[in-house]
Amino acid sequence: MAQAEETSRTIVVDDKIHTWPHLVRGEFLVTIFVMVAMTLWSLLVDAPLEEPANPARTPNPSKAPWYFLGLQEMLVYFDPWYAGVVLPTFIIIGLMVIPFIDINAKGNGYYTFKERKWEILTFFIGFHILWVVTIIIGTFFRGPGWNLFWPWQRWDPHKVVALTNVDLPYMAGLRDYWLQAGFGLFLVLVYYVLSTWLFYKWVVWIKGKEFMIRWGAVRFAITSFLFVTMMALPVKMFLRLVFNIKYIMVTPWLNI
Amino acid sequence: MINLEQIKKEIVESQVWKSIFRHGYEDTPRNRVLMVTGNVWMHLHPAKVRKHAVRMRFTWCMGGLTFLMFLLTVVTGIYLMFYYRPVPQYAYADMKYLEFDMPFGMLMRNMHRWAAHAMVIFVWLHMFRVFLTGSYKPPREFNWIVGVLLLVLTLLLSFTGYLLPWDQLAIWAVTVGSNMARATPLLGHEGPFAEFVGANPIYDARAFLFGGGDIGPHTLLRFYILHCIFIPLVASLLMAVHFWRIRRDGFSGPPL
Repeated sequence: MAQAEETSRTIVVDDKIHTWPHLVRGEFLVTIFVMVAMTLWSLLVDAPLEEPANPARTPNPSKAPWYFLGLQEMLVYFDPWYAGVVLPTFIIIGLMVIPFIDINAKGNGYYTFKERKWEILTFFIGFHILWVVTIIIGTFFRGPGWNLFWPWQRWDPHKVVALTNVDLPYMAGLRDYWLQAGFGLFLVLVYYVLSTWLFYKWVVWIKGKEFMIRWGAVRFAITSFLFVTMMALPVKMFLRLVFNIKYIMVTPWLNI
Repeated sequence: MINLEQIKKEIVESQVWKSIFRHGYEDTPRNRVLMVTGNVWMHLHPAKVRKHAVRMRFTWCMGGLTFLMFLLTVVTGIYLMFYYRPVPQYAYADMKYLEFDMPFGMLMRNMHRWAAHAMVIFVWLHMFRVFLTGSYKPPREFNWIVGVLLLVLTLLLSFTGYLLPWDQLAIWAVTVGSNMARATPLLGHEGPFAEFVGANPIYDARAFLFGGGDIGPHTLLRFYILHCIFIPLVASLLMAVHFWRIRRDGFSGPPL
């Protein structure tokens, strides 16, 4: 702190320039360029307009607007209450808390990977992998029945895909309803407790004990909950794609 | 013989001219500052900015371009509003009318749609850039939150507009996108614990969004008003806060 103050006192650099013309000129040129591009694009490519709305004829597949296809893709792995409501809420809250859980003072106002490697990697997993890649899968690789198709493959509406998914408690040999529900709940709790513990160890290992004390319990709790919840998505995808597991927890009210 | 210099002098020194334009145009430091501070549109900017903040390498121009796309959709959207009636009997016919009979109708519709898509992409890239440069770090935490709200509003603007053409694409994409609301815990009739609240198909979260149990005339009107009045108004207010906060908190950049 004292050092920073000294630097700002000793080096008196006025690196400011006039907004007019330097910034306004750039904005003006970019505006012209983008407006020309938008006009050309709009002259060449027409917006889609299909046949009139008919509530009695459901198209197969029915796709949400492309920017929501990541969420629709997640419906394969989670029920709508989670993939469509709870998870988006967590995404929005998670984005909002970023400035408060990231206490790394470095990398404020310039590009750096070295000084905030883990922050950037976490954002990369969340944004580029889980959000953008699922949108690409939903947009280009899903056909009738929400089955997987290559973009160059013909969409066969009669494609048969065997439904072989099994609930994890059933797979474990449990047949009693309440035992299944209890076992599922236990597994979910174990996932959260174990992952939180691993996350704690990992952060201490990477950033040190001193950082953890500075970070505080509240920041750690919020970050680890959001991070572990985010990572539950690839974990569930893995379980589904490799072991054909449908639900981990089955109860009369909700399934996970 | 007409003396152009004399006429110009008469005009520029007239009371009317001076009441509109407060300063001259000579390239002096004073005028450069006045160009910004004396102009309601320009004074979105500070009079001076730090050199690096002007570089496209730093900003990618994405925030400004998101705003440009918003303005473009407002202008083209007003044009479309003159010819469009948000009533199922007319909506689709008005789209056809707009495409085939209105001067520049097709171009305006194309520009409106592509600018809306571009706005979604630009706002994501803007968020990504702000994350990479750590520009959400103190003292700009609050502006990041406003930015997240604007991101959500951008998606909602695009989503509500998706229904208006009233074709198959529109109603089924909105149906799929809104079905999630049925599954809202407690508040959606298919969601967990709905029976404790008493949510049913015509009285739950989705019915609130649709104005009824299914997509119908009420939904079209509701989405139209949300799309053309409510969300743009809220987004404009938040944009004012967003831009003002950038000025107040200063452009982010490496410490001097």
